[in-house]
Amino acid sequence: MRERFLEAYDPFVIPYMIGFWFVIAYLILSCAVVIKHLPLSDKKKMLKHLFSYKIFITIKDIFADCLLHVKIWKKNKLLGYMHMSIAFGWFMLILVGHIEIFFYAPHRVNLPYYPIFFRYFMMETESTMRGSLFFFLMDFFLLMVLSGITLAGIKRVRRRMFGMRRTTRLQWTDQVGTYALWCIFPLRFLAESFTSHISGGSFLTRGCGMIFEWFTQFVNNEALIRPIWWAYSLSLMVFFLALPWSRFTHILAEALLIYMRNAGIRTSCKNNGYASVEIYSCSRCGLCLDACQMASAASLRSLATVAFNYQLRLGKKRKALKSASTCLMCNRCVQVCPVGVDSVQLKLNVKGEQVGYHYPKRYDYVDGAAVMSVASTVSAASTTNASTNLAAGAAEKSSPEVVYFAGCMSHLTPKIERAMLKIFEAAEVGYTFLDQDGGICCGRPMMLSGDRAGAEQLVNKNTEALLSTGASILVCSCPICYKIFKDTYQLEGMRVLHHSEYLLELLEEGRITVSKRATVGVYHDPCELGRKAGVYQAPRDVLYRVMNLKSTPYDGKNALCCGHSIAAEGMSEQKRRIIAKDALQKMAPKAVDVVVTACPSCKKAFAEIDLLPIRDIAEVVSEQLVSPRKK
Amino acid sequence: MKDFGFGIKQSGVMDLDKADFTLLHEIAEAEPSARHCISCGTCTATCSAGKYTGFNLRRLQLLIRRGELQEVASRISECMLCGKCQWACPKGVNTRHIVMLINQKLHARKIS
Repeated sequence: MRERFLEAYDPFVIPYMIGFWFVIAYLILSCAVVIKHLPLSDKKKMLKHLFSYKIFITIKDIFADCLLHVKIWKKNKLLGYMHMSIAFGWFMLILVGHIEIFFYAPHRVNLPYYPIFFRYFMMETESTMRGSLFFFLMDFFLLMVLSGITLAGIKRVRRRMFGMRRTTRLQWTDQVGTYALWCIFPLRFLAESFTSHISGGSFLTRGCGMIFEWFTQFVNNEALIRPIWWAYSLSLMVFFLALPWSRFTHILAEALLIYMRNAGIRTSCKNNGYASVEIYSCSRCGLCLDACQMASAASLRSLATVAFNYQLRLGKKRKALKSASTCLMCNRCVQVCPVGVDSVQLKLNVKGEQVGYHYPKRYDYVDGAAVMSVASTVSAASTTNASTNLAAGAAEKSSPEVVYFAGCMSHLTPKIERAMLKIFEAAEVGYTFLDQDGGICCGRPMMLSGDRAGAEQLVNKNTEALLSTGASILVCSCPICYKIFKDTYQLEGMRVLHHSEYLLELLEEGRITVSKRATVGVYHDPCELGRKAGVYQAPRDVLYRVMNLKSTPYDGKNALCCGHSIAAEGMSEQKRRIIAKDALQKMAPKAVDVVVTACPSCKKAFAEIDLLPIRDIAEVVSEQLVSPRKK
Repeated sequence: MKDFGFGIKQSGVMDLDKADFTLLHEIAEAEPSARHCISCGTCTATCSAGKYTGFNLRRLQLLIRRGELQEVASRISECMLCGKCQWACPKGVNTRHIVMLINQKLHARKIS
């Protein structure tokens, strides 16, 4: 191949170059702003990651997530193909285009527009056999992108084909970007086809070019060539200029997000540089809309995560706060997000920024005797030698094996507490019931309201009380408490177990035995226990021993929220009930006798619906205890 | 006189010039369920903070209706936001949100 024009320039490259340099400048500037807003430790992490072997994992992740869109493939194959064909196809067009330059016009490598308009500037010679592979590849990937664009058009009208019930409405900036993007590749296809009699082409462009020549054999088709290249260049410019204000910033931001995430950077208590990368990585694809029960059940679509991210991006903090304070924080949106935006943490930080309390020493009252006296009511119970144990407890304060923390919510569902106490007695476990007489809150509800400082006071106080018991295991009945005990509390030498995990241990060790009944039940995964703490299997292993446990489509990570999340202070009771009812109806088909859960809050939420009997796992086990093991 | 541990309550006086009724309206605007409260006291009976302090949400809601904000301000920050009162409330009042709103609005008024 050889060049057609000595000067290797045509005015139609100007729009493209304007867009190109604009995007480069935007990229450099925004990266600088992001890095500037990171704390020093995170900057060090970023630098360290660059020189560690983990950078290869990052490159692999970027390839899999940004180009192949593996996570979307897992959700729906057609949707996955649509995203992959556009991203990967475009990437390959750029890559192969540059390789072509390297082979045929190495002296033009310094011209950024040359690979883009290659077919205009080059002409075919006798020795094109070497180029036919590239022509084929370029046409193949162009066809791939065109198929993706076609699917994107079909998705507009038939989104159920793509596994989506709801999707987002485009903002006008998005519309400009999207339609420019949709124009780029058909225009490129036409431009290359019209030029194919000079530059050559493969099955797609040459084929179309021949049809075009047949149609225009009586007119001067040369006149059409330059306008179509102009249109191609202009559509690229419009796309690039619209990019910073459109959803397509995710193309640039997602790679940076993956790099930062793999470097170990997370959003902490403040929305900093990493948070802004997360916000700009949100492509508003709307996959979280179907997952969000606020949108699907309670018709609060305008407050869903995707809207929150956009408001945060626009800097509309009051609206973002409204979304954040209505969100149930069930983590379903985080679970389905193909980019992996931890929007729940973003929401917590928005709350923290704006729901400020400025009353210092608010919880001084929890200091002093009140909690400690509760902690000292050791009821180290052993049915066989209760008297000796009690005496020992009084004299030496021998440490019990277990400290039981029921939690505020369990106090509202006392059956759970009673069941646990019965199980402790049956298993002959020495235990302390820390909040038997009503303890102080674990601090998680406070943290979910955005007040970290207030929560810290409660955490410190509870830590002191828990450690003073000297127990080796902390058993709690409420997943809300469990989550904060496990993640935030510093309880050296103490294992934190939710009661479902503890029941499994007791059963496996043979300290309690249960009988199995033919009751047909389903298990509801509480959000705080499942998605947030990762405990899915232990409750099921317990329930398999006591009942005929059926699986539902909403098991495990896809579990529904009961609507009574402690986080959503802005959600009304009516909406909560609608969500609870919807969840229960979806989860429990007709042939189910009982719904079992492991959270007092979920139990209370579903019980109010009065559709099916709702039990806690501890109640079920305690009822089906076979006579306690004899020593 | 012998102290029986109780006495006659002094008659209360509402100073309408000093009473600030705007707080109730502001709260009810953000959280309409604030107007559903029937002062039954279930929230106070179940309150975790009430066990250790004189925190009494029922009384605070009454005081807000009377426009006496000084005592509200001295007590409101004792709430631990555990949410028990909300699940116990027979009228579905969003108590947690109300406590948070009172905190914010009083802070905005600089009443401490």
